[in-house]
Amino acid sequence: MTPSRTAFAAILAKDLRSELRTLQSLPAMALFAVTAFVIFRFGLDRTSLSGSLASGVLWTTLLFAAVLGVNRLFVAEREEGGFDAIRLAPIDRSALFAAKVAALLVYLGALELVAVPIFAVFFLDDGAGLGPLVAVLLLADLGLAATGTLISSMAVNSRARDLLVPLVLLPLAVPLMIAATGATEPLLALGGPSYHRFGSWLIVLGLYDLIFGLIGYAVFDFLLED
Amino acid sequence: MYGKGLKPLSIAAVAMLALSLSLVFFYAPLDGDQGFIQKIFYLHVPLAITALVGFIAGGVFAVLHLRSGDRKWDAYSYVAIHISVIFGVAVLITGAIWAKASWGHWWVWDEPTLVSFLIVFLLYATYYPFRYAIEERDRQARYASVFAVTAGAFVPLNFMAVRMAQSLVHPRTFATAEGGMPGEMMLTFLCSLAAIGLLWTTLVKFELTAKSASGQVKRLRRAIDAPSSGTSRIAPEVS
Repeated sequence: MTPSRTAFAAILAKDLRSELRTLQSLPAMALFAVTAFVIFRFGLDRTSLSGSLASGVLWTTLLFAAVLGVNRLFVAEREEGGFDAIRLAPIDRSALFAAKVAALLVYLGALELVAVPIFAVFFLDDGAGLGPLVAVLLLADLGLAATGTLISSMAVNSRARDLLVPLVLLPLAVPLMIAATGATEPLLALGGPSYHRFGSWLIVLGLYDLIFGLIGYAVFDFLLED
Repeated sequence: MYGKGLKPLSIAAVAMLALSLSLVFFYAPLDGDQGFIQKIFYLHVPLAITALVGFIAGGVFAVLHLRSGDRKWDAYSYVAIHISVIFGVAVLITGAIWAKASWGHWWVWDEPTLVSFLIVFLLYATYYPFRYAIEERDRQARYASVFAVTAGAFVPLNFMAVRMAQSLVHPRTFATAEGGMPGEMMLTFLCSLAAIGLLWTTLVKFELTAKSASGQVKRLRRAIDAPSSGTSRIAPEVS
């Protein structure tokens, strides 16, 4: 039996390498985010945003862009027989879950590395709130990666793959979005960031990450059986 | 097999409903603030509690299915979620009527319980397209169970997040130490809760019986077509 850590590293490296070579998800996610910002600029008819509008625009865009990445997360496994290979390999199946969560986490981080600075340039008057925003982004990404991996692994084996991911993921992500926007709103408030209930929102985000991380870890085995 | 006890259960549910409705209209006192419209509370709150408990029960059945691999539990989980979704529609409608009467709007976003319930309802509404997008039956059952477990854990978390996000407007019926309700109201409420719970159980049993019967018919048809491969297990089938 290959140790889980080796399997995890191998699968993660495989995913990142194939993404780097094919560039299937990341450019599309980033492009989508930037286009969405432009649409919000005209949809809201605002050239600068702050407070709840800013956090709403940022998180809606990031969530929808994440859906694009989640949709494609297991496509290679499905089309090239990777699921069978994982089933045959003498490894713990949870290693696949952990590796996919990590890969999605990297994608989301890369997306935010592009999208958040562009958002700041487009809409924000000052970038003072961006520092503490990193903590919110990290915790929210972790939760999104856990639920996204779980949903993606199920949706990829169904008839309506592209339809199911947004349909199921969006309601599941609502508590995450409530907490993330709640924490972001005072950070981007007009007249400098404040930390109103910042800590308690981070706790909610952490709780979400913990619960769905554990659930994904516990049920993932059943998704690979046959 | 599954039809056993269905008739007494149905009679008990109808009798309990009649009792609780007569208590609601003839026994429970009128509410001092809200007057007659407050009586929808005896329908709305038990429906909501039953639906949420039903969602959790669906998750528990799903765990049993995943642990044992017995398709019976998947049918239980499906039916529990199905009936709870139907109850959920009733919760949202009665909640909207109550909101209109007491706050003047059909929908109030500052109202954490109603909003959380809507989110939970939206999530469970995706159970059907999700389930039926998967063709292979074993996989369908397994994935549906995973969904039910995930969504079951989502329910309390969602209530917490929504409650934190909003001001408290919703009547905290049981919040005070004294119970906040006079004894007659409490008795009526408990009767209504029991009645709705019985109704839920009856409907679940009814649907399981129907599914078991139709599964049996299908198996018998198959047995007629291919006499050698007939299995006689009586288990409800979701299709």
